Amino acid sequence: MKLTFPAFAGRIAFSALAALLGAIFALPLIWFIFAPFNARAELGITVPDPWTLSNFMTVFQNNFAMQALWNSLIQSIGGVILVGAAATLAAYALSRSSIPGKGAVTYILLLFSSVVSGSAAMVPIFLIVSAMGLIDSHLAVILTFAGGLLPTAMFILRDFIDSIPKSYEESAMVAGASPVQAFFDVALPVIRPGIVVVVVWAFVNIWGSFLIPFILLRSDKLMPASVAIYSFYSEAGTPTVTLLAAYSLIYSLPVIILYLFVSWKFGFRFFGGIKA
Amino acid sequence: MASVEFRHVTKTFGSFNAVSDVSFAIGDGEFVCLLGPSGCGKTTSLRMIAGLETPSHGQVLIGGDDVTNLHPKDRQISMVFQDYALYPHMNLADNIAYPLKVRGEPVQKRHGRAREVADVLKIGHLMDRLPSQISGGQQQRTSLARALVYPSRVYLFDEPLSNLDAKLRLEARGFLNHLQRDMGMTAVYVTHDQAEAMALATRIAVMDQGRIVQYAPPIEIYRRPATTFVANFVGNPPMNLVPVEATHGDGQLQLKADGLTLSPLPMSSGIAAALANSKSLTLGIRPEHLAIAEPGTGNAISGTLFANENMGPESLVTIERPDASRLTARIFTDDHIALTDAVTLGFSPEHIHLFDSTGARIPADREQPL
Repeated sequence: MKLTFPAFAGRIAFSALAALLGAIFALPLIWFIFAPFNARAELGITVPDPWTLSNFMTVFQNNFAMQALWNSLIQSIGGVILVGAAATLAAYALSRSSIPGKGAVTYILLLFSSVVSGSAAMVPIFLIVSAMGLIDSHLAVILTFAGGLLPTAMFILRDFIDSIPKSYEESAMVAGASPVQAFFDVALPVIRPGIVVVVVWAFVNIWGSFLIPFILLRSDKLMPASVAIYSFYSEAGTPTVTLLAAYSLIYSLPVIILYLFVSWKFGFRFFGGIKA
Repeated sequence: MASVEFRHVTKTFGSFNAVSDVSFAIGDGEFVCLLGPSGCGKTTSLRMIAGLETPSHGQVLIGGDDVTNLHPKDRQISMVFQDYALYPHMNLADNIAYPLKVRGEPVQKRHGRAREVADVLKIGHLMDRLPSQISGGQQQRTSLARALVYPSRVYLFDEPLSNLDAKLRLEARGFLNHLQRDMGMTAVYVTHDQAEAMALATRIAVMDQGRIVQYAPPIEIYRRPATTFVANFVGNPPMNLVPVEATHGDGQLQLKADGLTLSPLPMSSGIAAALANSKSLTLGIRPEHLAIAEPGTGNAISGTLFANENMGPESLVTIERPDASRLTARIFTDDHIALTDAVTLGFSPEHIHLFDSTGARIPADREQPL
């Protein structure tokens, strides 16, 4: 079919606009790939000449920055385990039991969750954590994140578990399994894709968060990478672009690896059960 | 194997009475079908035997023991679910052997036993597959195998054949019948398909609105339906029901309805009792007892041709009466009959059923043998 001239022009314009938008999003990523390997990297995009690992060597010698990556890992994994385990059990209970008003409970939790981990609640959170004597500890960060992420995680998982027929556990119990056995043998493996989604989501959230660890932690040896990135800024606040780029790349690797691993091993799914 | 008994069992969900004061007993080795339309309480009743629901009032007994508040795992029962409930992450061997795993049997032994049962059900060659990799019929047999893999006191079936296509359903029905003859198992089988209930049951409990309307062997349900509800639910197609006005005198009963000619019937004490309440009765006649007749013949009912469905060995001829109600006849297609617009269906008086104004069957003074 031949296009009329206005339709043709419209398509050209649309393609041009899409290409422009794509470029705007792609440019930082291209910079992000080139700059770490360029000893003289600046904010403009230049192909490294020669390619070098010298930026990385310098970053690796920065003990504070390296320790920070380890701290990020502790806080993220700690938070993920807590969120994953608690959300699974809570969501399972909310989905399967007949507690009156459980729908309201979930929605109220969800409403407050965006407040809890947001900046608005920073002062009360600080006061609570301080009163608990947990200021300047990994546990403070882990608990705060768990509290903030749990409601949303529960909400996602409850929807997921709702979509899984109850008859799985029922058939296990009729066959002789206790409720606990039925949960671990039958329900948990079926829920697993949902848990994986929540775990990845929680990990990315904690790994990338700046404000909470920045406020709850004091000592350098506990700071996560999101905070440590500022050690690549000079006293005057200008970034050392070369080192910043190299560190950023290292910083984003665990998240990329996690995505690749999860999609290879489990695949991302938002439903359960066998199709009828 | 064991008996099952309901004693005044009531189950309410909020303000809804799913099961209302139901009592019945299932003997050891009986195959009982709970039959009724959706929402009649049959599945809830089954789930109370399984322990998946707890009665609001009353008692459930298995083998004479009160199991009302016993957890499903302690009831020593098996159940086949409507959606099969096969564990998607386990292969067939593990699925079938799961009840044995829970009982602590070693892997070798439980897989051996699973294989034996699977071979009987002709799915032995699929043991390494996942449930998602086999057909619906095979999934159904897998769930049956899982129920048969360990000795149970009662076997429960929750519409196990309703997700199969027509041909597979007949095949599976025949197999279940064979299994029952072979094992003499105590079974409770929930279905809304009256043909399934007739084919499988030693007794049928017809349920409506949370109550048992009739609990009797299939042949009695068919020949002496207790109410118009049962008459209209059982049979394919169900019994034709015609409202009639009754008059009597000289020990004879005369029934009148548009298009109906019926010679006077002998009175009985049952009819007299019914007429004392109301002169409006319901006349029931099964489609297989109607035949095409010449207009003006003795016992007949007439109307205009509404539909003529050829089923192969028989035709379902439906006529419409002046009040827009319809009657269906099963006519053997071997007898070639040219149908005209006006159709008269004849019948013999011994095949008619009478129901009183409340819908209850009026018993004959001397019932014919079943």
